[in-house]
Amino acid sequence: MKPSPFTYHRPDSVGQALELLAAQPNARILAGGQSLMAMLNLRLASPEHLIDIGRIPGLAGISEEPDAIVIGAMTRQRDIERSALIAQHLPLLTQAIAHVGHQQTRNWGTVGGSLCHLDPTAEIPAVAMACDATLTVQSRRGLRVIAMADFPLAMMTPNIEADEMLVAIRFPKWPAKHGAGFAEFARRHGDFSIAAAAALVALDTAGNIARVSLTISGVAPTPLRLATAEQALAGKSPTPALLQGAAAALDAIDVMDDPFYPAWYRKRIATTVLGRALIGAVNAAQEKA
Amino acid sequence: MSTHSVSLKINGSSVTAEVEDRTSLADFLRHGQRLTGTHLGCEHGVCGACTVLVDGRTARSCLMLAAQADGREVCTVESLGSPEALHPLQQAFWDHHGLQCGFCTSGILMTLVELLRENASPDEATVRAALSGNLCRCTGYQNIVAAALDAAAQLRALEKTA
Repeated sequence: MKPSPFTYHRPDSVGQALELLAAQPNARILAGGQSLMAMLNLRLASPEHLIDIGRIPGLAGISEEPDAIVIGAMTRQRDIERSALIAQHLPLLTQAIAHVGHQQTRNWGTVGGSLCHLDPTAEIPAVAMACDATLTVQSRRGLRVIAMADFPLAMMTPNIEADEMLVAIRFPKWPAKHGAGFAEFARRHGDFSIAAAAALVALDTAGNIARVSLTISGVAPTPLRLATAEQALAGKSPTPALLQGAAAALDAIDVMDDPFYPAWYRKRIATTVLGRALIGAVNAAQEKA
Repeated sequence: MSTHSVSLKINGSSVTAEVEDRTSLADFLRHGQRLTGTHLGCEHGVCGACTVLVDGRTARSCLMLAAQADGREVCTVESLGSPEALHPLQQAFWDHHGLQCGFCTSGILMTLVELLRENASPDEATVRAALSGNLCRCTGYQNIVAAALDAAAQLRALEKTA
């Protein structure tokens, strides 16, 4: 289909974009457009104004701070895929990005766009959740920093006001020798996944789990951290039985059900990808030890 | 109806036009510029038939507005070869029967142009991964993959003699 009519704006600065956003009640930010344009074509979204932030200087880029990697909201997924800085400090994101759509969409799709679209199966929100990322949103009223844990309010509903836009995402660094694992299952490469899992593991000098982060996506309306499983793993030796047992945490989740993938099937897929991600992270940490 | 004036390069030629804000790049190319080599299948970014190069990078032209292409450089399948002098990729598709109905072919060719520019010697798995964003319902992909690998070899040979 064709989109319903709208007025297209291409501001040159964040200030101009925020003015437009505040002035127009039914406006949407257009970043890479790889989700929003599809929603417009399907008429699932019908904004009266589109504000294209694609050419605002300074909104894209990857930078390193002593304890974090900061990614501009307009940074293209393809640039994440090829970043040596990301591969070094955020290997989880490098692994996950390979599952995001196809090269044609990664060339234009952005990190910020994926976070604000907040599809339940999307990889980038799962990674942000796993990494305890913080998101900086801006409006004419100023800046606001939101923890990723507080960002998803409901399915595809980010904690962001109508006059605010996401400008940057901060990923705190894990210890240099941490291991990362990302696993997902989709019926075809590049499709929306049925379930995906992200794991981060840091080992102590004895080889026990010093710190662990586990996130599952696709099973619930938003990506979920598995805090009880993390607590059960902390301090323990990473034996195969212990790692496989982590999937018991999925019992507490009300798994989504739909005509394509019934809840029991989705949960089995989630169990498998969670095991793969966790074992992958442990193996990567052991290789670096 | 809200419109914008856009100036862009299409297949090397400068074009200036007035476009409705909601017009996709795909519709602008097909209806505005009569470049009907770019095909439009699903119109929501799944099938890949509308793939073109924008500033050298593959893009789904159904997921980009004509207004967003303002100031950019667009290359469509018409920029490859001519019926008298096919591009090595097109020749390889001919030789290997890499198409049947041809609806998906222009998008696949543009995807492979980007792939072979970035990786002159892709293996089969790399070709299949690149093609994962393009749906073909006729061929079963086998001959498309064979054509892509052959075209890569031809282009490497051309590079050597150049």
